[in-house]
Amino acid sequence: MNKDEVLVHLPYSSPFLFVDELLELDEHKVIGTFTFSPSLDFYKGHFKNNPVTPGVILTETMAQIGLVCLGIYLSGSAENGLPGHVMLTSTAIDFLKPVFPGEKVTVQAEKIYFRFKKLNCTVQMTNQAGEVVCKGTIAGMVTNKMNG
Amino acid sequence: MTNEELIAKLKPIVASYAQDKAALEKIDKDTDFIKDLKINSANLVDVVLDVEEEFDIVIDNTSMEKMLSVGAAMDIIEAKLQEK
Repeated sequence: MNKDEVLVHLPYSSPFLFVDELLELDEHKVIGTFTFSPSLDFYKGHFKNNPVTPGVILTETMAQIGLVCLGIYLSGSAENGLPGHVMLTSTAIDFLKPVFPGEKVTVQAEKIYFRFKKLNCTVQMTNQAGEVVCKGTIAGMVTNKMNG
Repeated sequence: MTNEELIAKLKPIVASYAQDKAALEKIDKDTDFIKDLKINSANLVDVVLDVEEEFDIVIDNTSMEKMLSVGAAMDIIEAKLQEK
């Protein structure tokens, strides 16, 4: 599978697609970017008159670029494999810096292991200044069905 | 290794992921990882990976699919230890 084929298989659409572009993708790691449009709806309420990207959205962005793109690639590139669905099963994330409306972030994920359909990755998000804004580990099950 | 020794080694591994602590205290070879201990499928993989490390064995996909209870895990561990 190539990068474009992986993007086509993502099961998300606006306003819940948090992947713009994949820069690198192989069996060990993935690097991708997303720009948070100031018009995203959650900025109206997080926070009142003080928009900051919610931590859950940063986590989701790392999960979509890191875990899900890598999971689709690994399952789709396996012998006789089909691009699977990825069901999020655990996250452990530290948040270091805020991400404001309009910022472009880069997510890099590296596979720790992919065994018995479970994909476990380290993930890290950096801002345009190259500063780490959040990082941690995310895991999920790569399945053939949407809900497990 | 006796059954008691095997269970004693399995219990701390399983304890990290078991959601039902009462069932964990009563653990025996009939204990089902998913039904009794309420371990989810993702953490069941972690149990298997921890078992590999603890016993220095490699568990294949076929064995993994059978490893749904303490008794099944004990049988697989015994068999893999014999192969060494």
